[in-house]
This record gives sequence, C-alpha cells and structure tokens, in this order.
Amino acid sequence: MRKRTTGLLALAATAALTLSACSGAEVGGGSAGGDDATAGTGGGDTIRIGIKYDQPGLGLQDGNEYKGFDVDVATYVAEKLGYSADQITWVESPSAQREQMLQTGAVDMIFATYSITDARKEVIDFAGPYFIAGQDLLVAADNTDITGPESLEGKNLCSVTGSTSAQKIKDEYAAGVNLLERPGYAECVSALVAGQVDAVTTDDIILAGLAATPQNQGKLKVVGAPFSEERYGVGLPKDSDRCEAINEAITEMIDDGSWEEFVSKNTEGTGYSANDELNPPTPEACA
Amino acid sequence: MSSSVLFDAPGPRGRRNMMVGNALGAVVVLGILAWVLLVLHQRGQLAPDLWRPALDARAWEFYYLPGLQNTLRAAAFATVGAVVFGIVFGMGRLSEFRVVRWLSSVVVEFFRAVPVLLMMVFFNVLFGMFFRGVVADSAFTAVVVALVLYNGSVIAELVRSGVGNLPKGQGEAGLTIGLTRGQTLRSVQLPQALIAMLPAVVSQLVVVLKDSALGQLIGYADLLRSGQILASGAGNPLQVLIVVAVLFIVLNYLLSWVAHLLAGRLSSRTSGKTEEGPGIGPSLAVTRGGAPSGGGH
Amino acid sequence: MDDYLSGFTALLVQYDVLGAFWTNIQLTFWGALLALVVGTVLAVMRISPLVSLDWAGTTYVNLVRNTPLTVIMTFLVLGVWTQLGVQLSSDFNLNFFILAVIGLGLYHAAFVCEAIRSGVNTVPVGQAEAARAIGLPFTAAARMIVLPQAFRGAVAPLGNTLIALLKNSTVAAAASVTGETAGTMKTMIEFQPNYIWEIFLTFAIGYVILVIPIGLATTWLSNRLAVKR
Repeated sequence: MRKRTTGLLALAATAALTLSACSGAEVGGGSAGGDDATAGTGGGDTIRIGIKYDQPGLGLQDGNEYKGFDVDVATYVAEKLGYSADQITWVESPSAQREQMLQTGAVDMIFATYSITDARKEVIDFAGPYFIAGQDLLVAADNTDITGPESLEGKNLCSVTGSTSAQKIKDEYAAGVNLLERPGYAECVSALVAGQVDAVTTDDIILAGLAATPQNQGKLKVVGAPFSEERYGVGLPKDSDRCEAINEAITEMIDDGSWEEFVSKNTEGTGYSANDELNPPTPEACA
Repeated sequence: MSSSVLFDAPGPRGRRNMMVGNALGAVVVLGILAWVLLVLHQRGQLAPDLWRPALDARAWEFYYLPGLQNTLRAAAFATVGAVVFGIVFGMGRLSEFRVVRWLSSVVVEFFRAVPVLLMMVFFNVLFGMFFRGVVADSAFTAVVVALVLYNGSVIAELVRSGVGNLPKGQGEAGLTIGLTRGQTLRSVQLPQALIAMLPAVVSQLVVVLKDSALGQLIGYADLLRSGQILASGAGNPLQVLIVVAVLFIVLNYLLSWVAHLLAGRLSSRTSGKTEEGPGIGPSLAVTRGGAPSGGGH
Repeated sequence: MDDYLSGFTALLVQYDVLGAFWTNIQLTFWGALLALVVGTVLAVMRISPLVSLDWAGTTYVNLVRNTPLTVIMTFLVLGVWTQLGVQLSSDFNLNFFILAVIGLGLYHAAFVCEAIRSGVNTVPVGQAEAARAIGLPFTAAARMIVLPQAFRGAVAPLGNTLIALLKNSTVAAAASVTGETAGTMKTMIEFQPNYIWEIFLTFAIGYVILVIPIGLATTWLSNRLAVKR
C-alpha cells in the first residue's frame, strides 16, 4: 500500500518535471520571452521588443511575421543599436501590462502605441516621441451626423477593455454616450460594421489601420477631428542607458526619409495623413 | 431508477404521436437554424473570405496550435499543483491535530468560495508589481496559481470524502494490526481514496481547462486570446470564436469520456466508490460522503 | 493609521464596492431562476418517452457543459447581439446585463439538469411503478411523483450549482457588463496598487460571506428534505 502512495507521488513529481521542461508557446512562433528575465541591457545576442499583436497598421502578428508602423520603427531603431532584424524577439505587450513588462525585464523596450504620460514616467523611462497621434472616432463610411466627440450624445461607442479613451469622452464631451468595452478591436469593428455601435474610439492612426484591413475597406472612415495629443514614445526600464542612442536613431530615421516611408506604407489607401503641425516630432531630452 | 418504468412501450397510436412529435421538434430546430443562417448570410458572415482565414493552415500553425499549447500548459501545471495541494490539505483536514484540521479547513473553504477570475486578476497584478525578479510571466503564473488554489481545494474535499466513503472496516483493520491513525490514513485509506477519486479528478480537469480560458481576460495568450489576435488581422471574430469553441468542446468531451472510462475500470481496485465529478464546482461525491458542502464546517 | 483606514474606506465608497456586489447578486438571482427553469425542462426531456427530446436534452448538456463560460459570454455578444442583431432592451447597459443573465442561465441549466437527474436517481423504482400502477400517464407521474422527490434529493447538488453560479457571475465581465465585482476590483487594484491586499481581501471575504450562508442553507435543507428510505 505504501508503495502505491509513493508511486503516485513520484508520478506527480515526474509529471511536474516533464512539464517544466517544456516552455510556453509564443503565439506566432517567435521564441518565448521572459524566461531569462534578468538579461541585462546591451551586449546580448538578441533584443526583446514589446509590440501590439492585434493592431493592423501598427503592430500585427501576421502568421510568423510582424507588420505595422511600430514594427518598422522598432526594426529601424534596433538596427541603429546594433541588432539586425533576426536578432529581434517580438513579444506581445498588451496595454495593461506594458509598465509591468518593462519593470520585470520581460522586454527590453516597447514600441506599442505607448503614449508618454507623467504618471507612466514615474515608473518607467521614455525615449522619443517618434509619432504624435490624436484620439479620434471611426464611423461607418456613410455616416454624416458624427463629426466629433460632442456629437456622440445618445450614441453607442465601443473601445477596448482597459483603455481610458471612451471614459474620457463620457467625462469631457458627451455624458449621455453609451459605452461598450470589448477585449479586441476586431470585435468593436464588427459591431460597428453590423450597425450595433455608432463609433469606435482610440488614436487616429490605429483607427486608420483598422479601416484599411481588406474586410473593411470602403465600409469605414476616420472622422478626422483628433481631440487629444498622444505622443508615442519608446518605453524603457527606469534609468535605462539606451535613451540617448534611441533618440539619435529616431532623429536619423526622420531625417533620412524612412519615417515618412513607414507612415505612408502602413496607412496606404486609408486617406489618413498624420497631423502635419505636430509630425514628425522632435525627440525630448532624456531624463 | 430507470426512466423507462415511467411510460409503457408505445402502441400504434402512441408511436404515431411520437413520430409527429419528433418531426415537429425537428422542424422547430431546423427552422431556428435556418433563420440563424439566413441572418448570418444577409450580414455576409458566411462569406468564404471570413471562414477561410479562420480555418486554413496558417490559422492552425501560428494561432490555434500555439494558443492550445499555452492553454494545455497552464492546465497541466494547474492540475499537478492542484492534486498536490489537494492531497496535502485533504490530509490536513483529516489530521489528528486540531490546529492542522482547523487551518486546512479555513484554507480550503476560503479558496472554494472566491471566484477564480478575482484570484487571477489579483495575482496577475501582485506578481507583476511586487514580485518582479521572482515571477517572469505574471499572467501565466497568475492563471496557474488561481487554478491550483481553487481546484486544489475541491480536490482536498474529494480526498476527505473519498476517505470518508471507504468502508469503516478499512480504517479499523489498519488500527487493529497496530498502525497509528496517521499510518492507517497514509498507507491504507489514502491510496484507496485516491483511486476512487481519480475519475472525479479527471472530471475536474475539464473545469481546469474551461477556467483557463478566463486567462484571456488578464491577457494570457491562451487559445481564446490567440484566436482574438488572428481575428484582428482577418476581421472575423465570430468565425474564429466558433472554431475555438469547437476545439474546447472536443477536448473537454474527450476528457469527460476518459473520466467515465476510468470510473468503470478502477472500481475493482478500491473498496470505495469510483465516481465522476459533474464538471462544475465541488463534486457531487463531496455531498454524498456525508460531509456538508459549501460553507464553513 | 487613521489616514490609512480612512483612505481605504474612501476607496470602497469611491468605487462603489457594495454596488458591484449588488450587480453580481442580481446577475446570480436572475441567472439562477433561468437555470432552474431551463434545467428542469432539460431534465424532463431526458427522462421523457420522446427519443428526439431525450436526444436534444443530452446534446444540449454535453455541448454546454464542455464549453468555457467565457466563450459562451463572448458568443452572446459577438454572435447573438452583434451579428443576429438581437436587442433585448432599449437601455444599452441593461441589454448586456440581460445577455449575461442568459449566458449564466443557459450554462448552469446543464448542471441543474444533471443535479435533478442525480435526484431522480435517488427515487426508488417502486415509486414510479406505483404511479404507473394507479394509471398516471408520464406527465402526471413525473410532475406529481418523481420530480417532487427528485428535487428533494437534488438539494445538495443544486446548492453547489448556485454557489458556482454566484462565483461565475464575475465572468459577466466577458459580456461587457460594467460595475460588477471583477471589473471593479481590477480597476481599483490598478489605480491603487498600494492597497492591493486590502482590496483583494475585501472582495474575497465578500464572496465568502455570500457563499457560506448558501452552503449552510443547502446542508440544512438537504438534511431536512431528505426522504427517509
């Protein structure tokens, strides 16, 4: 009898060992990040960069490739830091987990529509900005009565879970707006196409990317009246020594025309153009 | 009780009525199905352009299979952890020492009462903010820990009731041959109880697998989440969700089937009664064992 | 210390923790009602003479029992509301509340059905035979003889299902229900991480307080109603 108990326990222990030997699957086939969380900055063979996986036009996982403006900028900057494209390990960094991923060292830097804010600066560092977006609205192509956040009174508005953009509209522009939160932009967009919500809100460049996906082409439009200023920065761990080098790379990218090329390549066919008064931006001095 | 005693074998008229009933039922079901398909068709949701990217090789290779691997990985770690947790605290509740019994009861009852989703949300933030160097992947760890604490508590109850369900003679025999109470528990009662509860543990695996889908809500790249990523590029969230749902159903159905098979096979290897769990919350076996369910004890 | 305490209590008021629990209690109440009705119908279908009903009931239970509740909730929003255009209320937020109730009700109905069936199993064959012997047809025998005893025998598993439903009401977050406990706790923890333990314990103990009476009532009821055999 005793033998059987120990047998069972041994089985459990063996199972645990076998399990810990197999690592997690990174959706998309990239190698899993986070296992060697203590890898320091610089000098390593690879660099782990956090991006969005679910934003067409900015950061999108397409099979085993990654596409979008953030990805292009990150690739350019990484090259200037001495990492070729195949030395980059892409890691998904959802909005709610970005600070945490930098703090825990799960990623070395983040290019994920990451707005520079004072609250975030308290816990992490930013390089950049490399782009200035603005919060805007996505509506059906034939919609004429939604012209800005004030015209959303009594309308249904969708945003992604964990973003504060929709709440901001309710608080500051239209108290009578109905808010819906879904875990992904695709769900918001399908509700918009189906006519169940009247608008989707987030930054204009993200909306442009959503409008440009093949399934939605011609059905949706960005209103084009941005009502906030979102300065996309490169998220870095606090007291990182890479900020200066990244800012130099960003300046170079803007000067040699690459920036222009990345923007137009990723927003092609949407009719979207970046706000010229603010773009291209000048990187801020490092902390 | 067999249900067949509730009615006679139908006569000719009865059979005709049943045929009419069956046909009517089929018509209603088919009618609803037709309406659903019609509306989906009108909205273009049956378009091959939406279904192909949800089903092609690319979807499987880069989204479903990696997602499934993450789901199974979380579920596997959680199951092993839950079994260990369950045996430790189940034995704790049967301990000779009042303090150990009391402590084990508090732990088990607490984690059985707290929703798994709340635990996941809490541990995700906790690990992310306060255990930076220790925990590499906070979402994964939070999913596993939450699943271990809840399902481990359920298994602890299974262990306790499994021992309680054994014939009294088993414990008495152990004591008679000079074993202490602890020895009797460890070498006579527990092994039989473990075998008796194995099918229920496999059923609990269904709960683990289903609950692991909650990880999506805290950003763990499980099957549901990787489906969302696939859908964001292809613009077909509904089609992808249906594929994901089918995957979950098939997987869980297989597990339930294994549990059923085990219950039949193992009954000869224990003096207890092998029972499958219902696949939700605390198992039926808990209440049948005479141990009050749910609340404090 | 006083600052600390008042800061924390202010937090509970600011985020309306009681209101969040009230939302979950309402979700549970309506969900349980729906689950009980649908579950009973399913149980009757599964013991009925009509093969098609038996088959439909079995299929339903097997499908629903093996689907994660998160998937069901997402499906209701994505399929039923978005694509089929089913609008359950003109009030935008109430619409999602009702969707979540339907999700909770339909999911737990499968477990209610199983609970009642396990209750049916506690009814001795002689009861049904006696019912048949005095000439009762299936519906009358089920309604007057079998089901009343089955419910008494099913109190304990029904209580467990109710506890599971209460806890699963947090998954309403996946159906975009706002102001329920999971979403509220998440927001509080993210904005006030210095109170993370206190916030979690508040919600956890809230659930313990709700679950324990259900457990005690179930035990008491099942002992009281148990049919001596």
